[in-house]
Amino acid sequence: MSVIKKVVTLLRGSAREIAENVVDANATRIYEQEIIDAKQSILEARSSLTDVMAREMQSARAVTRLDGEIAHYEGLALEALNKSEEALAEEVAGKVAALEQDLEEQRQAQQSFASQVSQLKELIKAAEAKIREHERQIAIAKTTESVYKATQSISDNIGHSGSRLASARESLERIKQRHEHLADRLQASEQLDRELGEKALASKLAAAGIGQDADRQRQRQVMERIRARQAKPTEGQ
Amino acid sequence: MEQSLRDKLDGLDSIVGTLMGGLAVQLHPIPGPVPVVQVSIEGREELPIYVTCSDSQILCLCYLWNDSEVLTERRTELLETLLDLNPSVPLSSFGRIGDRYVLFGALALNARTADIAEDIAALSDNALDALEALSEFLQ
Repeated sequence: MSVIKKVVTLLRGSAREIAENVVDANATRIYEQEIIDAKQSILEARSSLTDVMAREMQSARAVTRLDGEIAHYEGLALEALNKSEEALAEEVAGKVAALEQDLEEQRQAQQSFASQVSQLKELIKAAEAKIREHERQIAIAKTTESVYKATQSISDNIGHSGSRLASARESLERIKQRHEHLADRLQASEQLDRELGEKALASKLAAAGIGQDADRQRQRQVMERIRARQAKPTEGQ
Repeated sequence: MEQSLRDKLDGLDSIVGTLMGGLAVQLHPIPGPVPVVQVSIEGREELPIYVTCSDSQILCLCYLWNDSEVLTERRTELLETLLDLNPSVPLSSFGRIGDRYVLFGALALNARTADIAEDIAALSDNALDALEALSEFLQ
């Protein structure tokens, strides 16, 4: 049974059941043991593979060498025939026949090593695929279990702390209110800064005799002058 | 595992805080059989992020709402919307654990603290955004 299928079946039950049941301890142990076995068989196959590949290379070299020797002795036999040395040619032909026997044996050995190499490579590939698949299944099972257990812990923790889990709408409202409050405070503080800044600027301008406040100051100066004139005739009398 | 998660989260609070523009971030371990750390972000205390890990991954979770909060008549529409939204939401996916809808981000076990922090910041923003966008489906 695929582990996802098992999770889907368990999802129809309660959350607590999922947390407890998804990792079938026995099945997980079997999978974990199979992973260990597969890893071991990969190690062994790799070591055999290097050995068999080395033997295949040796056979291939022997085949090349024997091909060369056969060609060499056939040349010699031909030369002997050309010199009418029948008996010598016969002897060389015997040597060539023996070399051909060796060649045939080496060719068969090379083929057999080559097929062992491909078998070992297949075996390693299959073992690696098995490991990947088992690890994936264990990961799904353990992740599901872990997520549900974490949720259980979080729920228990909220329960113990006595705080009620607010509804999503309430939470959203509270966060928004807090944000609005913060935004209002920011706006108020900006306004205050602006007002204070404006007041400071106005008084500076007035002091320099510029702007509306400056007009009022001039008006005061005119009034003082008129009052001074009003006072003068009295002084003269 | 517990210790390795704690080591990985060392300094996470300040990185998340910086990523979120200087907000205060607090980490609280949650007792239980699997390692869980609660990440509370200033101003979003109602939407904490939980970080947990299994043998194969680190998971950052944000619980959105319960099945019981979903408007019955709009349930199918909500589920389809969540499926449609899934590929579009950067770094986060919708899911359900028991009867609780979640937004989550998954990271490899060898993720760096900065990667986890980035995922948490994205998750928090996405969760708030999703809650606002999908509250029409809730009671």
